[in-house]
Amino acid sequence: MPIVAIPSLLRNLTNGKESITVPGATIREVIDNLESRYPGMKARLCENDRIKPGIAVYVNGLLTRGSILERVDADAEIHFLPAIGGGISETFH
Amino acid sequence: MARRSHVQTTLNGETVEFLCEPRQSLLEVLRDELHLTGAKEGCNNGNCGACSVILDGRLVNSCLVLGVETEGKSVETIEGVADPDKLHPIQDAFLENAALQCGICTPGFIMSAKALLDENPNPTEHEVRYWLAGNLCRCTGYDKIVRAVLDAAAAE
Amino acid sequence: MLENKEYKVIGTRPIRHDGVDKVTGRALYGADFQAAGLLHGRVLRSPHAHAHIISIDTSRAEALPGVKGVVTAKDLPNPGDKIADLGEGAVNLKHLCDNILASDKVLYKGHAVAAVAATNPHIAEEACTLIDVEYEVLPPVLEVRQAMESDAPILHDTIRTTSLGETGDEPSNVASHIQHKLGDPEKGFAEADVIIEREFVTGTVHQGYIEPHNATAHYNADGQLTIWCSTQGAFTVREQVAEILQYPISKIKVVPMEIGGGFGGKISVYIKPVAALLAKKTGKPVKVLMNRADVFEGTGPTPASYIRVKMGATKAGKLTAAQAYLAFEAGAYPGSPVGPGAMCIFAPYNIENVIIDGYDVVVNKPKTAPYRAPGAPNAAFGSETVVDEIAEKLGIDPLEIRLLNAAKEGDRRADGPVHPRIGCIETVEAAKAHPHYTAPNGKKHHGRGVASGYWFNIGLESSVTINVNSDGTINLIEGSTDIGGTRASIAMQAAEVLGIPAESVNPSVVDTNSVGYTAVTGGSRTTYATGYAAYEAAQDVKQQMIARAAKLWEVDAANVQFADGEFSSINGKEEQISFRDLCARLGETGGPIVGSGTVNPGGAGGAYATHVVDVVVDEETGKVDILRYTAVQDAGKAIHPSYVEGQIQGGAVQGIGWALNEEYIYNAEGEMTNASFLDYRMPTCLDLPMIDAVIVEVPNPGHPYGVRGVGEVPIVPPMAAIANAIYDAIGIRMTELPMSPDRLLKAMGKI
Repeated sequence: MPIVAIPSLLRNLTNGKESITVPGATIREVIDNLESRYPGMKARLCENDRIKPGIAVYVNGLLTRGSILERVDADAEIHFLPAIGGGISETFH
Repeated sequence: MARRSHVQTTLNGETVEFLCEPRQSLLEVLRDELHLTGAKEGCNNGNCGACSVILDGRLVNSCLVLGVETEGKSVETIEGVADPDKLHPIQDAFLENAALQCGICTPGFIMSAKALLDENPNPTEHEVRYWLAGNLCRCTGYDKIVRAVLDAAAAE
Repeated sequence: MLENKEYKVIGTRPIRHDGVDKVTGRALYGADFQAAGLLHGRVLRSPHAHAHIISIDTSRAEALPGVKGVVTAKDLPNPGDKIADLGEGAVNLKHLCDNILASDKVLYKGHAVAAVAATNPHIAEEACTLIDVEYEVLPPVLEVRQAMESDAPILHDTIRTTSLGETGDEPSNVASHIQHKLGDPEKGFAEADVIIEREFVTGTVHQGYIEPHNATAHYNADGQLTIWCSTQGAFTVREQVAEILQYPISKIKVVPMEIGGGFGGKISVYIKPVAALLAKKTGKPVKVLMNRADVFEGTGPTPASYIRVKMGATKAGKLTAAQAYLAFEAGAYPGSPVGPGAMCIFAPYNIENVIIDGYDVVVNKPKTAPYRAPGAPNAAFGSETVVDEIAEKLGIDPLEIRLLNAAKEGDRRADGPVHPRIGCIETVEAAKAHPHYTAPNGKKHHGRGVASGYWFNIGLESSVTINVNSDGTINLIEGSTDIGGTRASIAMQAAEVLGIPAESVNPSVVDTNSVGYTAVTGGSRTTYATGYAAYEAAQDVKQQMIARAAKLWEVDAANVQFADGEFSSINGKEEQISFRDLCARLGETGGPIVGSGTVNPGGAGGAYATHVVDVVVDEETGKVDILRYTAVQDAGKAIHPSYVEGQIQGGAVQGIGWALNEEYIYNAEGEMTNASFLDYRMPTCLDLPMIDAVIVEVPNPGHPYGVRGVGEVPIVPPMAAIANAIYDAIGIRMTELPMSPDRLLKAMGKI
């Protein structure tokens, strides 16, 4: 099952747990499963069924396009990190 | 609009005539009236050297010369440096040494280097650096530019 | 360590394809664009750093003979509270629009408020002085710590601090807070024998590209908008203009002219939408140019910052914990590079316990823009100075302590992801073995310093099309604007695949209607990602050519192989034909061949650099001179080594300028007092020695030829390396940038 690294600013929702193993074949499934175990998580990560502006998704160390449709391997390591904000984001697109 | 003056000058060896306003700089005249856009505007106050041209054998910032001041004088610009079928040794040296990145400062550097080598064909590295200190390049760190000018001096 | 295969084209130093145009003055940059009936635009800018706009009266300007049109924010569509989707980066559209032409409030001196199109630039300039703007002046907030205080004037009533998806209740100048935490920092510091904690302040600096911003726009009667401009990315211009004007991207064509430097500063648009508005209003093509003061005051510099770094180590030199507090000035609107600063700060080290807090803070200065490894140089100035001090306290050689703690493949970065194959150790080892580092260094007031740096590099989208010519050459169509020789480095990768010389490739950078989507020339991505797309396009050509050879020989394509520029048949017939000869036979074997490649690669592979510098400090004047400079960097694989060296040398010298001279100097009213190249002092060639660029090659597994981006990381180490050298020379730790003569004299107690 994919491992999600919980950012320090979200650990108040996970009783301080730093990483959590949850089932899911896509980012959307992973987030939904996180939400069912740690309510409030989805609201911090998503807005209108999309990853919130300002949050970047890394899978296995690689920056993804931040789509909840992104497929993840069974042993994927997922990070939700602050996106490289504002002016820089333009560098990224 | 200010009344335009008639000016006759020698440009890259050929006689040219143009009309310009008294307030127009030589840089504006070259670029906007004569459509020679090789000289660039980087600062318009004589600090970057991107507009360097040679006026009666002397290196000048064309942004600090008025167009009307060139009456009866001789102006050399980057467009006149190469022969039609052969680059000038300084131009070759810039290419061989990869002495340009974005290239916006390159025409100015080549004009400055030409003025230097016309006057001092065998400069030391320090002399090259001293002479080119009026030209800003933000890409290269100058290393390859200085090498190119030294190479061109050796080749000439 | 080096597993480089032998290549025919890669690693050689051909003349760049656009070289002759650029040494003869024929290359056309943005400002060189001409069109019949062209009008000239100028922008009126705010004289105040912080003020409400009460009214704007343009009637006197409009009445001036020669003036054809005046625009203000009223001519922009109302952005409402829409979030503009610029791909990865969602941006508040009002912020984006207000930075083009201020609607209700000006937030920095130089903020655009109106623009004029006239028959010549002088008239446009004169007309700007006839626009009457009534302001209600407000107190400016000019420094990040001041802006964070609870009683600071608030720039935006709508900004609340966001903290990874959570939003605060009260308006604040702190737009966001980020945090990375790894391990148990408290425990790590408890294990340390030596702990150093220092504060650092860095000034606002500008990219300093020599070519000012420019844009020419024209609307056709059918609504097609064309913009000719210099930019780091034609497609990002199209996206931003489409968002700002609320206009369909299909009706906008952006034509990238040659670009005179960018370094990150020519990604955000400023006058491009203004030129479009003026073109719309006048029905004529309008060219808008900035002057140098406009560039300094009206475009994004890279931020000033306040940084605290605390690091602990055991007696043996093992780093046990690290903590950083990074507060960056975003300028007028959110979006400082504090994120990448936080990502990069401790990345040269494998440290188990780390906590990093970053704050993005608005102040009354121009909205910051990316500048070469944005955020990382500020951060490294702090961390690399503290590492130097720890090494000194422990009596360990400063490169040795870096080797002892160097990050390597499999180590976890403080922000979470694990490092792929990286060349951190290799750059430190190469620096240590370099004759510069082992040369004597003992004269009075002479000092030597070292520092390392990291930049993560990016991939993103690139598209390339290749058209095969009958004479054995190829035309390579790309969307990456060429700022430093990338036509060559991209062409060389296609040439390598097809076994042809670099000179047999004709690369063209084309407009947004003529190539697949391509992200900006930035993030050190162009040779990596567009080169990757060229590789893919060339592979596509190769496969199609194999099919043609098979057709020619009436064999199965599986029985044709390609090596060293020759197609040959295997299994049976002994046939052979060169790439060139087969190109001449495309007509009879099925017609033209077009290859295409499009990529969005994730494995950019991080870049590391280690720099060594010798300085001499003049005790009388406080002036620091650079005596010798060596910059070591992992390039993965250097496609065109001369241009890799050029990136390293240029980055190092920008860092030298940042370290010693460059800063925006503000007065109490928030006016920049040195907005010219005379007073904003960038290095000239007389200020410098040769810069010895040493390329280390640790191939990046995320690229077919092992390429890593090279453009950005060389600006990361210089500031700390020079500070460390100054300490070595005079025994004083400089913690404020720039380390200009007045600051040195103060630090030495002389003034």
